[in-house]
Amino acid sequence: MKAGMFRGSGLRLYALFYLLFLYAPILLLPLFAFNSGTIIAFPLQGFTTDWFGQMWENATLRRALGNSLTIAVSASVLATCFGIFAARASTRFSFPGKGGIMGFIMLPMVLPEIIVAMSLLVVLLGVGIELSILTVIFGHTLICMPYAIAILSTAFSSLDKSLEEAAYDLGETKWSAFRLITLPLVMPGIVSALLISFTISLDEFIIAFFLAGSEPTLPTYIFSQLRFPKQIPMIMALGTVLVALSICLLAIGEYFRRRGNARIGGKETGGFL
Amino acid sequence: MTETRHDVLDAARPMIECQDVQKYYGDYHALRGINLTIREGEFFSLLGPSGCGKTTLLRTIAGFEDISSGAVLIDGNRMEEVPANKRPTNMVFQSYAIFPHLTVAQNVAFGLRRDPRGKDEKARLVDEALAMVGLKGYGARAAHALSGGQRQRVALARALILKPKVLLLDEPLSALDRKMREQMQVELIKLQRQVGITFVLVTHDQEEALVMSDRIAVMFEGEIAQLDGPEALYARPVNRRVADFIGVMNFLPARILSENGEGAKVEIAGLGEVDLPARQISRANADDEVVIVGFRPETMTLIGPGQPHTQPRETGATIDEVVYYGDMTYYDLRLDGSARLDGGARTVRISMRNLFGRDVQDVGTRTRLAWSPGSLVLFR
Repeated sequence: MKAGMFRGSGLRLYALFYLLFLYAPILLLPLFAFNSGTIIAFPLQGFTTDWFGQMWENATLRRALGNSLTIAVSASVLATCFGIFAARASTRFSFPGKGGIMGFIMLPMVLPEIIVAMSLLVVLLGVGIELSILTVIFGHTLICMPYAIAILSTAFSSLDKSLEEAAYDLGETKWSAFRLITLPLVMPGIVSALLISFTISLDEFIIAFFLAGSEPTLPTYIFSQLRFPKQIPMIMALGTVLVALSICLLAIGEYFRRRGNARIGGKETGGFL
Repeated sequence: MTETRHDVLDAARPMIECQDVQKYYGDYHALRGINLTIREGEFFSLLGPSGCGKTTLLRTIAGFEDISSGAVLIDGNRMEEVPANKRPTNMVFQSYAIFPHLTVAQNVAFGLRRDPRGKDEKARLVDEALAMVGLKGYGARAAHALSGGQRQRVALARALILKPKVLLLDEPLSALDRKMREQMQVELIKLQRQVGITFVLVTHDQEEALVMSDRIAVMFEGEIAQLDGPEALYARPVNRRVADFIGVMNFLPARILSENGEGAKVEIAGLGEVDLPARQISRANADDEVVIVGFRPETMTLIGPGQPHTQPRETGATIDEVVYYGDMTYYDLRLDGSARLDGGARTVRISMRNLFGRDVQDVGTRTRLAWSPGSLVLFR
């Protein structure tokens, strides 16, 4: 390591502050979640797990959590499935208008979400579709897809085209060649795409706020509770649970990516997560 | 009398027949009327520069590409309606296409998935196939951990285990280093003799084609320029382009003095007047090309001063450049009087084996070149 390069230049200090700024607020979540005082301020009072109990007994929160999980699972599965089709088509074939089509599919990644949410709301109301978690799933699939495609395209494009041809040549059908050869080889990409989509959907606020109707999701519920100071310790407990969950998901994703990589002898390239 | 390999192949039945095969990619005419018969048990090569259509032709035989018109027959059956996974052909891909997430044995056994035979029988077939390509005991290894040469062998075993009627090889040796490539060439020949399956090889390497093939089709721009055995292709190329592509050939400008059905009398720059019989005259050249005479570097000999020789003709020359290869030396010679026809002085390249006791000559030495009109080919 060229540690000497940074010594004395103040860059270490900069890096330290940067990390502190990034993660210190998150570290406050569990701190106050286990604090018995109802006011979010130092000094800490005593240790308690009441807030977690209170959180669990809150029916609206449970409903919001259920909704969010349903939406995140559905949207990530849908986005990944559609993403597989798009990524395979864009990396394997050339067809007229390919650049334009792929551009339009990737566009929601950079479009302001509020625009997407508003225009979807207008269309849905215009067509007469009632707002529910189904409409949120629809919206989340739309915004998750570009991320899924970006990850899956990398997985597909690093795949030798003749692998599938070889399997086909050896007597398999086109579908079984895909299932036996391509699918296992892009599986780390699929897992990554699922996890990213799941995370994006889980904490998405704007579309959920516009399209959920009267149904709560976790972010919209948390937002609505911030008005009541009494509820804040419970929100802290909820935040702690979510952070723990995210870390678990990340670890699982990384484990699968590394295992898949090792199995095909791929070079360590860092991965998306 | 015992039959030679050529006798057997000449009598063998056709295994692949291409009849006026045309292939278009949009406006691009990739194959322009290919007519070709490859016999059972033959080691056949499609040779040409990149973009000449050789890989496209191989892929139409494999079934990966549809043809625009014409017909491809394998073992007498028309193949239009038969997809690649139902054809009696198997392919060795340029990248080998080894499945990286499977073991060597799983790779080799892949084509047997739909085979009704029992597990033990399949395992025996896999062992047999691995032994055949010299990878005995490698079955349990992870495929991604193999070297290039080993991957190549796994690809061969995987294709041959299905006992195809035709094995198609798409530039199978191009990814290997020179030593490994030469070793695999010999092994491929042996393997082909052993299994007796028709091999069709695509290559851009003329040496590889000459070494391995019974017959070679040289392709340019979607057409077969010449289809011959290696010796005939090397000694009597049908046109200048083929001559230039296969090995090294010297070209000298020439002028036809007289011509009849039996041959022609020509004047060649630097070599003088020569009578050439009809079999040494190639007419398959574009009309606007100038008349030219070609010969191979090893067909002429450098002669020291006063040294006797048995060749009918000799010509004076000066050594322009010497390239020493250890076993061989290449001499670039300026022939006396080579500028006589059109004013341009020409060098020709001569190769000499460095036999024991034969000295390598220096640049600038005056020397003589001994040769025979029999080694010349006239392109007109």
